[in-house]
Amino acid sequence: MKAAFALLKKDLASEVRTRYAINSLGMFIVVVVSVILFSIGDEKITDYLTGGLFWVVVFFTSMSGLSRAFVSEEERGTTLTLQLIARPESIYSGKFFFNVALIFSMNLIIALLFSFFFEMFIFKNILLFVCAFIIGNIGVAASSTIIAAIISKAGSKGTLYPVLAFPILLPLILTLIELTKQSMDGNSISESSVELAVLFCYDVVMVASAYLLFDFIWKD
Amino acid sequence: MAWKVFLFVLMTLVCIAGITFPIVREPVTWYDFPLIPGLEENAKIIFFHVPTAWLATIAFLMATLYSIKYLRKKDLDDDVKAYTAAQIGMIFCVLATVTGSVWAKFAWGSFWNWDPRETSIFALLLIYGALFALRSAVDGDEKRATLSSVYSIIAFVTVPFFIFIMPRIMKGLHPGSADDTNAGPVVDFKMNQNMQVVFYLSLIAFTILYFWMWNVGYRSQIIKDKLQKQIN
Repeated sequence: MKAAFALLKKDLASEVRTRYAINSLGMFIVVVVSVILFSIGDEKITDYLTGGLFWVVVFFTSMSGLSRAFVSEEERGTTLTLQLIARPESIYSGKFFFNVALIFSMNLIIALLFSFFFEMFIFKNILLFVCAFIIGNIGVAASSTIIAAIISKAGSKGTLYPVLAFPILLPLILTLIELTKQSMDGNSISESSVELAVLFCYDVVMVASAYLLFDFIWKD
Repeated sequence: MAWKVFLFVLMTLVCIAGITFPIVREPVTWYDFPLIPGLEENAKIIFFHVPTAWLATIAFLMATLYSIKYLRKKDLDDDVKAYTAAQIGMIFCVLATVTGSVWAKFAWGSFWNWDPRETSIFALLLIYGALFALRSAVDGDEKRATLSSVYSIIAFVTVPFFIFIMPRIMKGLHPGSADDTNAGPVVDFKMNQNMQVVFYLSLIAFTILYFWMWNVGYRSQIIKDKLQKQIN
């Protein structure tokens, strides 16, 4: 656990130094949101559609941002050092925590931009949306970290990532879109408990299987 | 040899019975199928659509089991078995999508409706596609085997969400969905005896066919790999 936090600290420090995510992902979000705004033009879009678009932006931003976790290590040639100094589980945890931090900050920016630009992005039950947002982000981080590990060991890095990640993330995204609709309709948390339970199960299953399988990817 | 003859007889029986037996309002003779309201003559495709969808899932399960076996034993033959299972599974997955799509056109009015089961077969297609894309991207037998094994296991843990949870919490058109008033699959309550017999015979016949194809497939692939190594 100590090694995991050390790795997280190292990633955060190198992030502060290079400002890769802050610069390029921030710009990516701005570009995607403005493309959506241009394509909508003067049309009035419904609240359900804004909810769906929100998760589309989240999906593509995490596709471009979260794959960096292991690819950056491969590019800088530090994989071998990491293999020597830390156990696979703590490396996965460290990268997972970093991705959780990254995706939370990215999605907060996306949510703020959406509530600023789209007047239909209104929730009758904001608490339900916040719950879904938190559990969902952890799920996205868990599965994209393990896919990022697979990608870093495979040859072609960029294009393969969304292809591999989409089928894995599909149940999560479908449930999240459903929950977003429900929180826009103003369902109470107990009314949507089944969907929240599905999200929670997904997180548990993904984190557990990723921990078990990371070992095999990491040592080669 | 005996089971090949058995498979031939079974397959012929299923094809003849599934296609030619008439659907009538009041079944009298042993070969009459009952008329199911809402399905009418379309009901016959069930003998071919359900087995293909079932095999697409079974093939995925086999690919995952052999992937787990590969990760435990590191025997490349297990990887070939998993790969062949996935290849045949892809064929049946496409067949299930096409037959289902044709059926949907006549039963529900359009080729594709994003019903939960259609979504899950689409996700299965994507998973198979991603698996082949991953395999073609990696050089080196052992690395390729390890990465594709890990990916197929990770993809497999999402399957329960598609098969058991999604269809029940989302509205859908297939039997057994959240808003289905009939409660329970068609097999239990609407088919009569002879239809059920043909249905289960068809399932058995297709399953045997699958295992035969898989057996021939992986053995030829192993021989091919061996010859390739001798040449190099």
